[in-house]
This record gives sequence, C-alpha cells and structure tokens, in this order.
Amino acid sequence: MTVQDAATLRARRQWPMPKQAVPGAPLLEVEDLSVRFRMPGGPSVKAVDGVSFRLEDGEAMGLAGESGCGKTTTALSLVRLLPANGRISSGSVRLFGIDLVPKTERQMARYRWREISMVFQGAMNALNPVKRVGDQIAEPIEIRLGQPRGAAQKRAAELLDLVGIPEKRASAYPHELSGGMRQRAMIAMALACDPALVIGDEPTTALDVMVQAQILALLERLRRDLGLSLMLITHDLSVIAETCDRVMIMYAGRVAEEGPVRRLFSAPRHPYTAKLLSSFPNIRADRRTLDTIPGSPPDLRKPPPGCRFAPRCAHAMPVCTEEAPTEVRFADGVRVACHLFPPGAQGVVASGVAASGIGGGLVRAAALPSAGGRP
Amino acid sequence: MSDDLVRLEGLEVHFPIRGSLTDVLLRRKQGVVRAVDGIDLTIRRGEILALVGESGSGKTTTGRVVVKLTRQTGGRVVVDGQDVTDLWGTGRLRPYRRRVQLIFQDPYETLNPKHTVAEFVSEPLEVQGIGTPGEDRRRRVLDALDAAGLRPPEDFAARYPHELSGGQRQRVVIAGALVMNPEIIVADEPVSMLDVSIRTELLRLMLDLRRDRGLTYLFITHDLSLAWVLADRIAVMYLGKIMELGPAEAVIRSPRNPYTRALVSVSPSTDPPEGEGADERTILVGETPDAAHVPAGCRFHPRCPVAFDRCRSAEPPLFDVGGGQRAACWLVEGASAAAPQPPIATGGDPVA
Repeated sequence: MTVQDAATLRARRQWPMPKQAVPGAPLLEVEDLSVRFRMPGGPSVKAVDGVSFRLEDGEAMGLAGESGCGKTTTALSLVRLLPANGRISSGSVRLFGIDLVPKTERQMARYRWREISMVFQGAMNALNPVKRVGDQIAEPIEIRLGQPRGAAQKRAAELLDLVGIPEKRASAYPHELSGGMRQRAMIAMALACDPALVIGDEPTTALDVMVQAQILALLERLRRDLGLSLMLITHDLSVIAETCDRVMIMYAGRVAEEGPVRRLFSAPRHPYTAKLLSSFPNIRADRRTLDTIPGSPPDLRKPPPGCRFAPRCAHAMPVCTEEAPTEVRFADGVRVACHLFPPGAQGVVASGVAASGIGGGLVRAAALPSAGGRP
Repeated sequence: MSDDLVRLEGLEVHFPIRGSLTDVLLRRKQGVVRAVDGIDLTIRRGEILALVGESGSGKTTTGRVVVKLTRQTGGRVVVDGQDVTDLWGTGRLRPYRRRVQLIFQDPYETLNPKHTVAEFVSEPLEVQGIGTPGEDRRRRVLDALDAAGLRPPEDFAARYPHELSGGQRQRVVIAGALVMNPEIIVADEPVSMLDVSIRTELLRLMLDLRRDRGLTYLFITHDLSLAWVLADRIAVMYLGKIMELGPAEAVIRSPRNPYTRALVSVSPSTDPPEGEGADERTILVGETPDAAHVPAGCRFHPRCPVAFDRCRSAEPPLFDVGGGQRAACWLVEGASAAAPQPPIATGGDPVA
C-alpha cells in the first residue's frame, strides 16, 4: 500500500478544502448507512442496510458482490444521486468530517465533481452526443469552479493529454472516439475539478481486455501522481485484485467482509467471499477448480431472517437463520460478519459496529490468526 | 474416418465499403473491411474450441459463417465431410440449421417479450416442421427446458421473459437451441452479461450437455479466463487472422505468439501480483487497427514489442511448434516441428 500522508496529499490540492472540513477527519467515513426504495404497491425495500466503511486519502477500495447486493446504491448515495424512489433512511456519510446526508441539493453542488466525481460504465450514455468532448470537460471547470472560458479550455486540453487522448481530439464528438477513448474522456471529465475521490462504477466492464489494462494502468498512474482516492465498483474480482488496496464484499445490502485485498483474496473468512472467489475463472489457477454458488441472492422485499447468506451457505448452522451475525474485526485489518467468527473467537480483536469502526489503534499485529482460522 | 466435424479452409469474409458517388465516378478503388482474412480452423467432434479475440478481430464473423448467417467471400466450409460452402437458401439450409445452432450473448435481446417460453422454444420446431403439433411438440419443448436445467419445465413453459432472471433467460435461449437436437453449438459470448455465480452454472450446463448429448462447441469470447476454464483448445484471433492455436494448457501457459503472450499477461486474476517484479504485464500501446486498413507484413507488427524487419514485410504463416500448438510469428519459425506430439487430451470436465 502506498497511501501517502493525508496532510501531504491535502496540501497538494489545487482548490481549497471545504470550509466546514474537520481537521484530522478521514477522507470518507460512512457509518450505518441504510437506503430504502419505495416500491409500487408494496412495502419499501432496504437495498443498503447498515453499511459502514472508511476510506483514507490516496487509498483505493474495491466494492464487490453479485448484482443487486447494493454496491452501486452505496456509491450513488455517497454523492446523493439515488433514483427518485430511493432515499437514505439512516446513517451518515462524512467527507472530511462533513456529513453530506442532511445537505440540500444546492449545498451538494459544492461536493459533486469538486470533491467526489464518478465514472460510469457506459461512456456513450454518460457523454453528451452533440457536444465536443473538450467542451464537455471544460464545462464543469467553468460552472463548478467559475473559471473563465479560455482557462477552462486550456485545462481541458491538459486533462485530455493526461489521460492519453491527443489534444487535437478535443474537438471530436463522442461517437468519433473508440470505446477506450470515450472511457478516457470520461475519466478526464471526472478529474476536471481535481476531486479528492473518484468513484468508478464498472469503469472497464464493457472494454476489451487490452483496453481495460490500459485504463486500469491509467487509473493507477493518476492515483499515484495526483494522490487520488479511488472507489471501484465491479463484479470483476480480478480487477479489484490488481488495482485496489482494500476490498469490501457486500451481500444483500450488508457488508459480508472487508479488509486488505491480499488478505481477503488469499485467505477469505466469510463463506460468501470464498465462494465468490472460487467461482471466478482464474487464468493463473488450475483450470479444474471452478465452483458455483447455489441459488441466487434473496429478494430484498422479504429478506431471510438471520444471516442473509445462510440459505446458500454450506457452513450454515442453526444460529445462522435466527440471528444476524455481529461484525468482528481481526488483527490483520479484516472485518467479517459471520457466525463462524463470534466475538471473542481466536484472532478477533474487536466486535460490534462501533468498535469495528475503523480506527486502527486497537489492532495489534501479535494477534494475527493462523491460516487455520479460515472456514 | 476424420474426427474433424467442422473444417474452415482459407476462410475469407471481406465486406465492401460503400464508396461515395464521387468515388464511383472517379472509379476509385473500392475499399474492403477484411473481417476474416484467410483462416484455417478445424473443430473436432465433441470438443470445445474457444475462439478468443478483441472486438474487431473477426471472431463473431467466423461464428456467423459457421452457422451460415454470413456469406464468406473466399475459402471453404466443410461440415462432417460435406462441403457446405455453397449451401444457401432457406429451404436448402433447413437440414443444416437443425445440426448447427447459435446462442447469442444477450438473452434480453434474443427473447421476444410478448412470447412465452414455450412459444419461443417451439418456434424452431414449427419452422422446421419437426414433430406433430400438440402433445408431441409440447413434449419436445418440455424435454429441452428440462435439459437446459429449467425444472420443473411445466412451471417455466407458460412464463414470459420478464418473469425470468438473467440466468434463466439464457437457459431458455439454450433450450431453444437444444430443441433441434443439434450437433454443433456456436456460442457467442453466452455468459458475458451474467453474474459470476450464474456464469459458472451455465458453463457447467454446457459441459453437462456435451457429456450427455455429445455436443461440439465453438465458444466465442473476448475473455481468456473463460476460455481457460472451459475450452479444450483455444484459437486466438487478431484482425481477421489466427495468431495462435493449440490445447488450452499450452496456449495459456506457454504462449508462443507475442500477442497471445500480451493478452495472457494482462488478463486480470484474483491472485494479486506479489513482491518485486511480480508485475510483468505487457500493456500494448494503441488500439487494434480497423480491418479496412490492415498493416502490411505481420498485421500485429505495429503494436508488437519484439517486431523486427521481416515482420514489416512478410506475413508469417502458422508454424507448428509441437504438441498440437501453432503460432503465427517469425520468431517461432523452425522452432520444433520435429518435437514429439503428445496426444491431445480432450474430454474430462474442467468444471469439476
């Protein structure tokens, strides 16, 4: 992990920190976030249910899980871009210590693009088809940062150069660019206002493998050079493995397991993480090991009692269908919500949402669990 | 007797680029898109051959020629010893279509939202005049649904596409192919739209069907990792040519063509790179040129990290490098045609 000192990174900002920023607060701290969707003619659905996590300056975190597990909803609620029938029902999203949940639409404008920006999967749908890409990138610079037109255009050209689009292509329309180029333009736009955090929602999913490698290398370079923080949402675990420091696995709206990528992927503790990994085709592993996860994620209109993964879990015990597991934290920085790891189990250093929060102070390396601790 | 079920010989698909009026008046030479530019490929009976390539490589066009949806402009197509190159016309193709079926990528586009599952699956029977209307066709439809893993089939028969999950829709599409009792299935990115867990279930279904029905697959994908877990042999295409061909194990573990090597190196894996020098990715610069402007010599040379003079002037053929593996690269010329060739292990399900 090459997380640089937060103070250094913040000193490199081009634009001032938000006025209300709390000194010493982490970049992003999400606590107990729940999101509800109103459904036509039925009870509302809790798509995200008590999710907490923290993201430091310069860190890259992956968010993974099957479709419908709440990963995109979690990301959209950070920038408050939920669909009209969705709302944050509880919890807080603190950016530099400022809670964004109670902000009005008007106040949110200060944070979108300037502090948090997003790169979506379908660049063709996200770009305006009748505007030249250079102008589209200059637009947020003019509007959000109030820069004069000329300066904005100049900055747009610099950004295009940064993401590897030749400057003369600034006058191209989106349809004149290849898929990889469009995705680069999207990234340039996301960087336009020098944000602290870029959220990528399946940013490389529709791309060819070589173009994907180019885009991921670009994101890595930008992260290193600009000190960006990155949140990468994808169903592709291998992309997370190659680009992120930490990974959060979600299931049915809740966090199943979260921690350093290498720890999680080499010794998954949650049975869901283990299943996800073993059912993922891995070109560097033996070809005869492909596994399947039986069944499908639950209908969130009527989620199963207890642990939501229990109906599909090979390790399910009676308690799993009765009580939701408490989240516990291990010394190596991994936190898990699974009855196989009750509070007080070997290697567990803390339990409960409040304690699992996050501060690394109580974690001692001496308590590292052995590999035998995994299910 | 030959074990080659499908044989493509010098297959060429060139699409003309329609010129402007001035081009025509000035008698400018008309351009062509060389989608498939002279490939030799055989699919053996009962094997899964993966055709891997990036967009624009010609893999889908090749698949469409095999199912006879696209007309080749050169070369021959031989299926089960019979030359079907010039077999065209709805009536004449009818028996062929029973034997060779296509599964598309997008189950959302393939299914008509106004038709029930049973209507979708029985349509080919009606078109082909197979079986008798009523109970006989209904039984065939239910059998196909059952074989595709939609159980109990009676429950699914009356449903509409919107009542199905993505994985179930793709199973319906597979049932629509199975109802014809085909020998060959051309599957074009059949699982790319689906979640990981559903994906592996469908791959497993494809393997089960091969075991139970002796199916042969041409599996078209851009994802080398999928080819790795599923295929017996892998063919890698670039700009209309086959760059490398061989047993999956050989192509992935010891690729001989620099393009294949680069593709393997950038294929992401859930085993993160560890320690110093672990990251040996070869990220190629630029993008695949368009097939209307194929570079001279080896078509990969402008992006090849190890290209030398000869690559710029002459196009390498597929050299035999031993073990059933062949690579189109001047660097492997004369490498080991004499090397002992172990029998190629087919069969045995990779998805254990």
